[in-house]
Amino acid sequence: MGAILKRELGAYFNSAIAYVVMAVFFFFSGYFFFGICLVNDTANLGYVYGNMFVIILFLTPIIAMKSFSEEKKQKTDQALLTSPANLFQIVMGKFLGAFILYAICCSIFLLYALIISFFTMPEWSVILCTTVGILLLGGALLAIDIFISALTESQVIAAVAGFAIGLLIYLMEVLISNLPFEWMKDALQSVNFLNYYENFTYGILNVADVVFFLSIIGLFIFLTIRVFEKKRWS
Amino acid sequence: MVEVKNLTKRFGGIKAVDDITFTANDGEILGFLGPNGAGKSTTMNMITGYISSTSGTVTIDGYDILENPKEAKSRIGYLPEIPPLYVDMTVRKYLEFMFDLKKVSLPKVEHISEVMNLVGLTAVQDRIIKHLSKGYKQRVGFAQALLGNPPVLILDEPTVGLDPKQIIEIRNLIKSLGKKHTVIFSSHVLSEISATCDRIIVISNGKLVADAKTSELSSSISGEQKLALEIEGTQSVVLNGLKNIPGVIRVKKLRDLNESLGRYVVEYQNGIDIRREVFNAMARNNCTILDMQSGNETLEEAFLKLVTQDQTQKSTGGRK
Repeated sequence: MGAILKRELGAYFNSAIAYVVMAVFFFFSGYFFFGICLVNDTANLGYVYGNMFVIILFLTPIIAMKSFSEEKKQKTDQALLTSPANLFQIVMGKFLGAFILYAICCSIFLLYALIISFFTMPEWSVILCTTVGILLLGGALLAIDIFISALTESQVIAAVAGFAIGLLIYLMEVLISNLPFEWMKDALQSVNFLNYYENFTYGILNVADVVFFLSIIGLFIFLTIRVFEKKRWS
Repeated sequence: MVEVKNLTKRFGGIKAVDDITFTANDGEILGFLGPNGAGKSTTMNMITGYISSTSGTVTIDGYDILENPKEAKSRIGYLPEIPPLYVDMTVRKYLEFMFDLKKVSLPKVEHISEVMNLVGLTAVQDRIIKHLSKGYKQRVGFAQALLGNPPVLILDEPTVGLDPKQIIEIRNLIKSLGKKHTVIFSSHVLSEISATCDRIIVISNGKLVADAKTSELSSSISGEQKLALEIEGTQSVVLNGLKNIPGVIRVKKLRDLNESLGRYVVEYQNGIDIRREVFNAMARNNCTILDMQSGNETLEEAFLKLVTQDQTQKSTGGRK
């Protein structure tokens, strides 16, 4: 796992991907921080985090799109799958690589909190909670995107499918309000990412929210492993 | 040691590999020969655990590839048909990654340098792989297979795309590795296999059609030997005279050289010598032998025969 993680990080940082992703993330979070906190003279980072939801939906597919599709295209998956490392280690290595890049992006919020702390006492509970929340949200999205990337050889398809999932999550509220049946609404409401994420931005650390995102991560890592198992056996 | 038993792989309704059984012993170089699309790569992918078999087993030093994948895979160095290279890494970085991935427990820096030295990569170790030529890329693929000194080496067409000088180098390398390792290597080029291997396995249409020592292969598969003759005399007399010799299977006239002189080929059973009888029979009929050459079928001919035999069997079988 360590070897794959190291290579993943190397691949991100030796190419433009990591820097472009970081630049976009920093630009938008900086813009929101400026527009919400500095202009309005507020110490509440909650809205900044809320707005970052959309940006994260669109950045995670970019981070994860090449994880397995590139391997399949270059046939390097043969090296991984014929090595003594097992599938769980391989998938976890990939996931953690993407997650660490994402976590580095998110670390910018600590800088914003620090800037606020020069003027007033920041709400540390909100910042701490939301940091956990934003990491879990990103982790869940990355797990989904890595799963998609394991299904195709094409990075473009992986990215577009990832965007589609992102849009679906983003438009979930609208989608739910248009549904005819109550049970359908309830069912979709229970997988509405925004519901779970919002609680964090209010400074509420709810076990149910944490469990939701961890289950999504676990489920899609499991499914990714199954994709390779199935490929081997078919 | 690699033991393959009744290995079969189906892709949908197609049998890509059909009931293959063989054993590669320690210190043996086993050539895997077959036309393109015969099932060589599929078999190798199953031996290395990249894909599973539909039925049958593969064991490496006693470890089943599917039941004990960790132990079995750590004993294999695999160079697939397309070398699995991360082209954005430098040669050394890539080999370091593969070293870690394979969890090799040798001193890292020394071992990688040693392997690079062996395949001639030391000069390009800091170059990014995508900028290397095909031959060098192939060597990098070779180097990653050698990492950790695995007892079993599986090489899928290792010399494709190399220039003649490099081919000879790689051949010599395989030969020297064969002393310590079990090497299975595939090719569709006969001269390559016959120059390097102790034993040859021929696959055609997913089936194993021959398994023999390189030296035995040509005569043992064909089951017959040939005599090429130039004989002066009437054609019918010559042909009759030759056909009546015991042990002769077939007599063919290839062409006339002039009015009375013709070129003939006699195919006869393996293990007997008919040259004296041919001489005597011709002498009795007043025909003069001007030239006589005996020769086994070349490996090339034997291979073609095997492969085409299998295909004709298949097509006649299909008609029934």
